[in-house]
Amino acid sequence: MKTLTEVVTKSPSIYQPVPARIVSIEELTETEKLFTVALPGGLSLHHSPGQFLQISVLGIGEAPISISSSPSRSYGTFELCVRRVGDLTTALHNLKRGDIIGVRGPFGRGFPVGRLRGKDLIFVAGGLGLAPLRSLIYEVLDQRGNYGQLSVLYGSRCPSDLLFKDELAEWEKRDDMTLSITVDHPDETWFGEVGLVLNLFDDIYPNPRNAVAVVVGPPVMYPSVIERLLSLQIPEGSIWLSFERRMKCGVGRCGHCQLNHIYTCREGPSFSYSEIKDLEEAL
Amino acid sequence: MSYKIMPKSALNDWVQHLRQKFTIVAPKPKHGQFVFGEVTDASEFALDYPSTVLPPKKYLVPTQEELLSYSLDGSHFEMRTEPVPTVVLGVHTCDLHGIKLLDRIFSQGYTDTHYKTRRNSLYLVSYECFEPCTEHSFCRSMGTLSATDTFDLHIINLGEDFAFEIGTQKGESLLEGFQSIFNVTEVDIERINTVHQEKWQRFPYRLDFDVTELAELLTNSYTSTYWDELGDICLGCGMCTQVCPTCYCFDIHDEVDLTLDGGHRVRTWDSCQIRMFATVAGGHNFRAEQAARQRHRFMRKGKYQEDAYGLVGCTGCGRCAQACLVDITPVKTFNELYKRRNNIAEKETEAK
Repeated sequence: MKTLTEVVTKSPSIYQPVPARIVSIEELTETEKLFTVALPGGLSLHHSPGQFLQISVLGIGEAPISISSSPSRSYGTFELCVRRVGDLTTALHNLKRGDIIGVRGPFGRGFPVGRLRGKDLIFVAGGLGLAPLRSLIYEVLDQRGNYGQLSVLYGSRCPSDLLFKDELAEWEKRDDMTLSITVDHPDETWFGEVGLVLNLFDDIYPNPRNAVAVVVGPPVMYPSVIERLLSLQIPEGSIWLSFERRMKCGVGRCGHCQLNHIYTCREGPSFSYSEIKDLEEAL
Repeated sequence: MSYKIMPKSALNDWVQHLRQKFTIVAPKPKHGQFVFGEVTDASEFALDYPSTVLPPKKYLVPTQEELLSYSLDGSHFEMRTEPVPTVVLGVHTCDLHGIKLLDRIFSQGYTDTHYKTRRNSLYLVSYECFEPCTEHSFCRSMGTLSATDTFDLHIINLGEDFAFEIGTQKGESLLEGFQSIFNVTEVDIERINTVHQEKWQRFPYRLDFDVTELAELLTNSYTSTYWDELGDICLGCGMCTQVCPTCYCFDIHDEVDLTLDGGHRVRTWDSCQIRMFATVAGGHNFRAEQAARQRHRFMRKGKYQEDAYGLVGCTGCGRCAQACLVDITPVKTFNELYKRRNNIAEKETEAK
């Protein structure tokens, strides 16, 4: 099957998007929607979890959006979980089923799926960080035998901000993974944990020799979570992070996503802590 | 290396000869400065000029460039980069070094076809410098006062004649069919050697250390308080990056036709010195301090670009120093960092 990358790299310009159709839209929260998108003519996305796409709304512009679906579950479609926060994402939220968006990619280096095999996994998501991690979670669940224990720690601002609520409920029921959730600001419906995602570490006892952590969240979350993981003796090279940056080109040129000498869009967006710990502009 | 000789008096005839096939751009006087612009006659430009406001990069990465035009329903995309074959006359060697670096940047990884198409249609005719351009130029220190490649033709002013050093077949083609081109004689070679020998002493070194030490100096100065001092005075206007021959960072945005059925995706120059450059949609600015932005610029010029592409990112052209409203200059910055590092090293030795 022909991949999107082949089409994009063979088109006259690397900046030329491929038109793709929105086949369904699900409202996840007040500010987040899940878009299911179909590529034309049987093209496959062929991405790895943690990679991103440059998404266009023609006439508005383009923005980098992480891929929320797993390669193991892309039946000719893929999913994007989009928070309404800027011009492009606001325009996306105004689109309807059947509308066309432009797609370029997938770009960047995703999570190190191969290096997770056989390992006990600790996934830490803060807020919208669950969107790219969901891609990896299904990769693991669909190849369950290839991975050890799976713990997902998820911190959200408030109960109404929780993403993928139906799926969270399913994951909670599974006996081959553990899911813990905490919220900063509980409401009357919330009977679970309250506070920072750090609190959720009290219930996990990873074997540092066989554990790998993948952490995705807002910048403010990283230092404390990394500190906690290091205190659990998880090696620096086994702590993986994914960085959000402004990205206009996606191919390591426009300069916006540069942290020190590194182009996040090309060398990242996932990095091990050992790769970036000495770079002041990383964390 | 092969040379050809043309009498200076034939310059305008050559320009007219080239105009049959090419657009010609050259340094033209404008408001007391020089700018590269289109010319139709040799009387409109000067080959002995101090420096141009903008480097010739504007012909490779225009200030504003359409990447694509499209119909808003996504059914139609078109890339329309159709540059006209253009001869750039009088390119200084520092600017050749700048273009050489841009060539590497835009061909590494995913090729930028927009750049490549423009680059292929450009004929670079460079010009040997015999005097420092301005008080700010420090090409001698940066190793850019001479060029061995990147030019198609290189002109050496021999007084009554021009010597052409032929760099490429493209360059050779610019002389084809023109009458007043003569083979080089022993005497011409002697004259070329003499002007070259005489030129070097007119260019003093302006860095207090060798350029090969620059990357390490910057690495060791990353936490210097000097960046805060620069950050305190820098206005964040971005002029330094606009005039820089090796700055190319860009923004991409969409423009909609008045008919509302089509639009264009446009690439424009951007600058890491502008406050919002590294700000994401949610509002977080990943380089929020002006000190960090100035440091980033100098790290790119003196280290990052060299590490990534094998060429120092600063060409010593002095344009950023000329353009800066608060007198931030690369010579002062690099020398000050060098002085401070030595002071620290001395104190450490004394302490022992």
